[in-house]
Amino acid sequence: MNAEATAPEVVPGWETVIGLEVHAELATATKLFSSAPNRFGGQPNTNVDPVSLGLPGSLPVLNEQAVELAIRVGLALNCQVQRSVFARKNYFYPDMPKDFQISQYDLPINGEGWLELPDGRRVGIERAHLEEDTGKSTHVGGGGRIHEAGYSLVDYNRAGVPLIEIVGAPDLRSAEEARSYVGELRAILVAIGASDGKMEEGSMRVDCNVSVRPVGQAEFGTRCEIKNINSLRSLGRAIGYEARRQVDLITAGERVEQQTRHWNEDEGRTHKLRSKEEAYDYRYFPEPDLVPVAPSDEWIDAIRAALPMLPRERRLRLAEAASVDTEAAALTVERGLDDLAVDAIAEGAAGPRVLVHAENNLADGAGRLDAASFAALVKMETGGDLTATQAKTVLSTLVADGGDPAIVATDLGFEAMEIGEMEALVDRLIAEHPDDWAAFTSGDEQERKKKSGFFVGQVMKATSGQADGRAVNEILARRAGA
Amino acid sequence: MSARGLAAAVRSGERSARSVVDEHLETIRSGEPEIHAFNLVLADEALAAADEVDRRVAAGEDPGPLAGVPVALKDNLCTRGVPTTCSSRILEGWLPPYDATVVERLAAAGAVVVGKTNLDEFAMGSSTENSAFGVTRNPLDLTRVPGGSSGGSAAAVAAGFAPLALGSDTGGSIRQPAALCGVVGVKPTYGAVSRYGLVAFASSLDQIGPFARTVSDAALLLEAIGGHDPRDSTSIPEPAASLTEVLDRGVEGLRIGVIEELSGDGLEGIADDVRSRLGEAASALDEAGATVETTSVPSTVYGLSAYYVIAPAEASSNLARYDGVRYGLRVDAPNAGDMNTATRTAGFGDEVKRRIMLGTYALSAGYYDAYYGKSQKVRTLIVQDFARAYEEFDLLLCPTAPTTAFPIGEKTADPMTMYLNDVCTIPSNLAGHPAMSVPFGVGDDGMPVGVQILAPAMGEPTMFQAAAVLEAAGSGS
Repeated sequence: MNAEATAPEVVPGWETVIGLEVHAELATATKLFSSAPNRFGGQPNTNVDPVSLGLPGSLPVLNEQAVELAIRVGLALNCQVQRSVFARKNYFYPDMPKDFQISQYDLPINGEGWLELPDGRRVGIERAHLEEDTGKSTHVGGGGRIHEAGYSLVDYNRAGVPLIEIVGAPDLRSAEEARSYVGELRAILVAIGASDGKMEEGSMRVDCNVSVRPVGQAEFGTRCEIKNINSLRSLGRAIGYEARRQVDLITAGERVEQQTRHWNEDEGRTHKLRSKEEAYDYRYFPEPDLVPVAPSDEWIDAIRAALPMLPRERRLRLAEAASVDTEAAALTVERGLDDLAVDAIAEGAAGPRVLVHAENNLADGAGRLDAASFAALVKMETGGDLTATQAKTVLSTLVADGGDPAIVATDLGFEAMEIGEMEALVDRLIAEHPDDWAAFTSGDEQERKKKSGFFVGQVMKATSGQADGRAVNEILARRAGA
Repeated sequence: MSARGLAAAVRSGERSARSVVDEHLETIRSGEPEIHAFNLVLADEALAAADEVDRRVAAGEDPGPLAGVPVALKDNLCTRGVPTTCSSRILEGWLPPYDATVVERLAAAGAVVVGKTNLDEFAMGSSTENSAFGVTRNPLDLTRVPGGSSGGSAAAVAAGFAPLALGSDTGGSIRQPAALCGVVGVKPTYGAVSRYGLVAFASSLDQIGPFARTVSDAALLLEAIGGHDPRDSTSIPEPAASLTEVLDRGVEGLRIGVIEELSGDGLEGIADDVRSRLGEAASALDEAGATVETTSVPSTVYGLSAYYVIAPAEASSNLARYDGVRYGLRVDAPNAGDMNTATRTAGFGDEVKRRIMLGTYALSAGYYDAYYGKSQKVRTLIVQDFARAYEEFDLLLCPTAPTTAFPIGEKTADPMTMYLNDVCTIPSNLAGHPAMSVPFGVGDDGMPVGVQILAPAMGEPTMFQAAAVLEAAGSGS
């Protein structure tokens, strides 16, 4: 990946290398291996059954809907969808009912793929595999940590909820890029109906691997994995903190130790959870209670055919329609306004103006605005019938109430000023302010700019802001040249 | 009386289910104190279930093929609201909120559960001496073990406490105690009987199967519990095989191979009397029209070693959930990790701890390939060797256990000699094939000897045909 080109340096001379592991809860009706409901919230320990509690004698049965959603994710991330095997990841923790997690290890359902950022650059995906979620522990007393807690409460409602773990390649080079990656991934997951992507509810969680190296060095530095990142903002802060910490260590002559670190949002710092030596030995082995998952080509093709348009495809479509680059189309797509924009452009509206409105004036959505009236409005604006300010006002009315932009403009008293009328007004103002006019005609570039601002201001004052600033400037230029 | 006879009598109204159950409860009351086949006798529940069968008969409804027949359940099969202990302290007080699939199917067939039987803790053992609740004694000689791990179920059938029982067989835990107690024991094809509700020991090896006093009764019980179950992903998507209707077909024209490696000459520890009975069984089959030859299945001798890696590895993971957090025993400690340790230290017996440690080691980073990986390769070799043998033979024959029932306490000091009890039974578990033990005469000590019939996957019908022939020949000898 060619991310190096634009990545800002946290510390001059140093490059940050970032790889993200994103866990997203799949939006299935039931859990990954049982018919208990997959539902957020609810009274503790109500969305459970013998399987999701891991009771003795219970057995997992794979949820077909979860497999379909996982395949959708794989296809959307351009992964190789393949025969896969579930494996047990063994470690003790009270919120894990079986004291092992059913995950995938050497044979994940989705192999290598890639994700394209809104700016057009591609980030590698190493794998995207299925696994079950754990329950949630609440440690009471002892500062909320398990070892010092007076007691702990466990809620198994989340235990067994299907997760897709998307392991990204270490292709990211800045906090901004990492945020962009997560944002894009979330948009994809939401677009394909795989997940609701809510970081605040924990349905999407990000673990972040960070290392640093001197600019120009080919080898990666020693990485640390940061856990407990709960928002895009935390992600950026945690990366910035961790990169600086590592650079400081190295420049002080010390070594970065491979560690798992915990992000503390309140303190704005990471602290060590465990070192590589203290890492768990998960003793992975194939899950004997499940059979390999071998989706047929027919099934994969059917899932592919039913995929909705992805954000990347939407950006390409809009960029082409509006004759801009894909990055310029990104915000409109992110806002979900691209269908409207593409339709308005198809009706003859100028693409760049459509995007300006989508970006600046439709942040809260399009409301009752439809493509036809949007197009008509933009055409009035570009045709000189409405000023930019007037167009914005009409647009907000159309968003709130709908209607015909021409009628709305008339109702608001927005009449385009005759050009002769405007020239007469400008001539009158020149006569009234001879000193300013002299300064405009004889001054340097800066003075000329300042005085043009003065005259436009006077015109706006005289017309209650209804005049077109560009037209005023054109008249001033003509008069000065005459 | 046979289960088949009892069911027929109850179905026809000739006998009430209550009288059948009452009679068996009376036998239990007199014999159980010295045998200790049961962890729990369910007298009241059994009588209530019997009354329900009688009501159905009176109402003209079909009471099922096992109407009124008492059945004993190994205490690692989940029973709703009834303690299921696996003969371990660690499950003390746990009441499953659900029935195992086989328990549901028994109820649907009209069978009446009379109790939960003793076992080696978590089915780990070959003598039922590893139970937290005391040893079960062999009904034929109270100084000897009944075998294991399903020793309680085997003893219950041998003692007449119930004509039928269910056990589980991971490395021989149905067939070996059946041989030692002189009853029929069957390990079905892996996936033929649902494991849902069987507390797991080693998931890729565990199978539930029947004990009975006759081959015909074993067939009847297997028909009732077998067939596809969507709650078990490894369940074969086929209905239960018809067995009772093939029992009289004989062995005319069948090709039967005696496994050289497991029949004495090549294997240390197969007793002479066991070897003699095997030879007589082979002759009996030959006389009945089968072609019997000695054959080689070379990799079976490595089965025991592979088994004692794979089974503990899976067990170390399956038994992790007994951590004191959710159910069963909890020994309190200042923090969660120490509580886990204290609970598991107090709750598990020595053999279970030994196997958890073995398995944890075998799966550890750096050792996985040398132990678990290698053992899986042995497993593949065994499957391939069996496949080659079954190109030539319809069935294979070997002893069930190396010796007759041994004295209580004789092998507890040395786990390796205990493990060797399963040398002939383990290969079928590793291959996922069916195998059964049929009593065939007695040893020099007068204790029963079992002969083992092995078949390829789904080969139960042919296996039962041969078993019926052996049974007829053996009872005459």
